[in-house]
Amino acid sequence: MEKQYIDLYTSHHETIKLHSSEVMNAVRDASFAKFKELGFPTTRHENYKYTDITEALSLDYGLNINRLKIPVNPYEVFTCDVPGIHSYLYFVVNDGFYPVNDKRNDTLPEGVIIGSVSEVSKSHPELVADYFGKMSSQKNDGLVAFNGAFAQDGFFMYVPENVHLDRPVQLVNIMRSDVDYMANSHNLIILEKGAKAQLLVCDHTVDDVKFVTNRVTEVFVAENASYEHYKLENTHNKTTNLSTLLIDQKESSNVLANVITLHNGLTRNTIEIDVDGEHCETTLAGMVIADKSQQVDNYTSIIHSKPNCNSRELFKYVLDDVSKGAFTGRLYVARDAQKTAAFQTNKNILLNRTAKMRTKPQLEIYADDVKCSHGATIGQLDDSALFYMRQRGIPEKEARLLLMFAFTADVIEDIRIDALKDRIKMLVEKRLRGELSKCEGCVICQ
Amino acid sequence: MLEIKNLHANINGKEILKGLNLTVRPGEIHAIMGPNGAGKSTLSSVLTGNPAFEVTHGEVTFLGKDLLELAPEERANEGIFLSFQYPVEIPGVSMVNFMRTAINEQRKYRGQEPVSATDFLRLMREKKELVEMDNKLTNRSVNEGFSGGEKKRNEIFQMAMLEPRLSILDETDSGLDIDALRIVANGVNKLKSPENASIVITHYQRLLDYIVPDFVHVLYDGRIVKSGDKTLALELEEKGYDWIKQEVEGK
Repeated sequence: MEKQYIDLYTSHHETIKLHSSEVMNAVRDASFAKFKELGFPTTRHENYKYTDITEALSLDYGLNINRLKIPVNPYEVFTCDVPGIHSYLYFVVNDGFYPVNDKRNDTLPEGVIIGSVSEVSKSHPELVADYFGKMSSQKNDGLVAFNGAFAQDGFFMYVPENVHLDRPVQLVNIMRSDVDYMANSHNLIILEKGAKAQLLVCDHTVDDVKFVTNRVTEVFVAENASYEHYKLENTHNKTTNLSTLLIDQKESSNVLANVITLHNGLTRNTIEIDVDGEHCETTLAGMVIADKSQQVDNYTSIIHSKPNCNSRELFKYVLDDVSKGAFTGRLYVARDAQKTAAFQTNKNILLNRTAKMRTKPQLEIYADDVKCSHGATIGQLDDSALFYMRQRGIPEKEARLLLMFAFTADVIEDIRIDALKDRIKMLVEKRLRGELSKCEGCVICQ
Repeated sequence: MLEIKNLHANINGKEILKGLNLTVRPGEIHAIMGPNGAGKSTLSSVLTGNPAFEVTHGEVTFLGKDLLELAPEERANEGIFLSFQYPVEIPGVSMVNFMRTAINEQRKYRGQEPVSATDFLRLMREKKELVEMDNKLTNRSVNEGFSGGEKKRNEIFQMAMLEPRLSILDETDSGLDIDALRIVANGVNKLKSPENASIVITHYQRLLDYIVPDFVHVLYDGRIVKSGDKTLALELEEKGYDWIKQEVEGK
């Protein structure tokens, strides 16, 4: 399975490098060597044991290493924003940043840089080189190594010291291809001291072919900075989304990550937050609604290495049909990270006997003065609540819907952009009603 | 209005109701009393269609319809309301959303348009006053974190909102202090009309000082073994249930 990619790299690494940038190429050969050693993760790897991604990876996908332009009008594909959300809007088509002249983006505050990693590393080589690959190259993960070898571009955002982005930045990932296609991209986000930004990432598929995406996102959040990362996945069921989100948090910073899977094929999210400064606030939330044979695996890891930090984690799954869910909540509190307060919750509802959920809280606590808790439940909708509602005249279907919607409500509460919150509420309700049961192009906009 | 004939019902294979007969006419209040385990709560569950119970025999008609054929929500929309002995907490579902959904489902069932926002809010306000319910309770999730008394008051509030033809009050007095009991009973009495009827299930005579029944029935071992007027309740209060048991078993 790995062989075709190893051969591809061996014979074409010059081409891959030619169409990328020096900064990205700097880690490329080392990443490739690591991938050769590790291979793709299989269920024999502890962190991947619940979900087999190798089957999806064993197929033959096209890679666009020559960076051929893909004809697409992203505005046509993505005909609407999240209504009421006034955003700076950017596109990544497949694996490349897609430049558009959008008037909305003219008013970016001074000093903010948003663009293609590849381009910015030519215009600001030192800035990119200071951060690029700093976290990802430390990881012993075959997917991350693979990404380091093959990713040629990605989305870049830089927010200078004390600059607050007045509007959320919206990044739309669009998958567009006539043949089965694999995209590797590496995003880099840097917030300087006291900076503030909100990023909304929407995953989108256009064509009825098989897609694999393998994205790595590195986020550096400096002292006193505040960063919110929202990811909304609404792709078709032939999509395999492999995503790694690495966040580094410095002193007194505030990070919120909220990942929502509304519709997909197979999804593996790895989210690792390194809380490397005192007095940090970290919120990690997520929701999964899956049916048919969809699979979603969220592997999360929060590492507290410094004292006096708070983290809170909340994930909820609603699984129907023969869908499968998995959740890992690793929480590591280092010996010096005294006065850590860390709370983790994972609650899951199985709507029938054939859906499957696996959940693993994994707390490793080496400090002795901490407050940590975890809870994981797998259950059904509450029969007594259902009957209570039906006794008030609410039909069973509607009552079930109300209960499911209520179940997901607190994850939606962890969205700090009001317009987005309203939109997600509506999308979740539609999804639960079965109105988004298949993804046809841009379902998010209907 | 309600006609129960030879009703038998099981839960988990165990027979609880063993041939129960009862007739309720419009305007009447029936009290059902009886010792623990007699089947009082089973009766309310069976009448409202709780899927945990299985009817093995007998028939129930309500306003001319075969009640046992109807789903719980259809029975509710036909006008049967149960004030639960243990109201269920539903975290995440707001009282307002819950009530509006219930009202609109009832209206849909009757071929009416959904209620307008202003009418709904006015209705909520009126009915809240009726049971002296705190404003902040309706802003919360259904029954979540409510005290025992607040939950019971909330049941009567919902009853006032839905204006049922037949209301079944299942141990509404349990867990209530005297003040709350008076408020709940007042609410019930204000909702009384010549078209409506009530079945009041209770352990104690106390509630019947406030809600005066036209008939009192004693339920024992799955059957109504004795019926009378309100003086029967007083007699039970004084003498307990043992004499009834002896009377039944002596027969």
